[in-house]
Amino acid sequence: MSKLTIVMFSGDLDKSMAAMIIANGAAASGWDVTIFYTMWGTPLLRDPNKKAPKPKDTMGRMFGMMLPNGPDNLKLSKMNMLGLGTSMMKGRMSAKNVKTIRGMMEDAKELGVKFLICDLTMNIMGLQKEEFSDIVDDFVGVGTYLDAAEKAEVNLFI
Amino acid sequence: MADETIDVKGLSCPQPLVETTKKLRKMEIGKTLEIIGDHGPSKKEIPDSMAKQGQQVLSVEDKDGIWQIVVRKVR
Repeated sequence: MSKLTIVMFSGDLDKSMAAMIIANGAAASGWDVTIFYTMWGTPLLRDPNKKAPKPKDTMGRMFGMMLPNGPDNLKLSKMNMLGLGTSMMKGRMSAKNVKTIRGMMEDAKELGVKFLICDLTMNIMGLQKEEFSDIVDDFVGVGTYLDAAEKAEVNLFI
Repeated sequence: MADETIDVKGLSCPQPLVETTKKLRKMEIGKTLEIIGDHGPSKKEIPDSMAKQGQQVLSVEDKDGIWQIVVRKVR
C-alpha cells in the first residue's frame, strides 16, 4: 500500500483545502495517510466547543485569542481583501459543491487518515490537549513524523 | 442491476472517489456498487483507483457526460 505524509504548516483556507483534497484522494484510493499539524496549521484542529482546563499565561492567552479556533474561520492566503475574498471563495466552494474543510476532515477521519499534532507548537502557543478536536490521533514530536515520512513514497509540506 | 447505487452528480474532485470508497467499505464482499456522476476526471480515476485497490470494475459507460461505473467488491 502506498503511503503519504503531509506537514500541514500553514493555517490558510486555500492551503488547507489543497492538503485535504490530496489527503482524501489518496485515502480513498487505499493509501495510508498521515498529516502532521505544526505551527500555523496546529489551530486548525482546535475544537471551538472545548476550553483549556488549566490557566494560561499572557502569551498563551494572546495566542489563544488570535489563532483560528478550528477549521471554520480560516482566511485565504491571497486575495483575502479584509475577508471579502474569503467569503466569496466560501460562496464559490458551496455553489460548486466543494465540501468545507470541516466536512473534508470528517471524510478523512472516516477513511482512516491519521491526524497528528506537533507537541512543540502546542508548548510555544500555550495550547492544551483538551482544546483539540476528537479527530486528533496523537500529540507527537518530529521523530514520529519522520518515522512515517521515512516509510512513505510521497511527503508534502504545505 | 447493482446491489447498491450512489449518485455523485454535481460533486467535484475528489468527492466522487471519496464517496465511492466510503460506500464500498461498508458493503459486503461480493456485492456490486453502481456509481453515477458527471465529474469528468472521475470517470477514469474511480475505475483506476478501484482496480489498484483490487476491486473488480465491471463496466464504465458514458452518455452525454453522465457516466455510470459498476464495481464489485471482491476484497
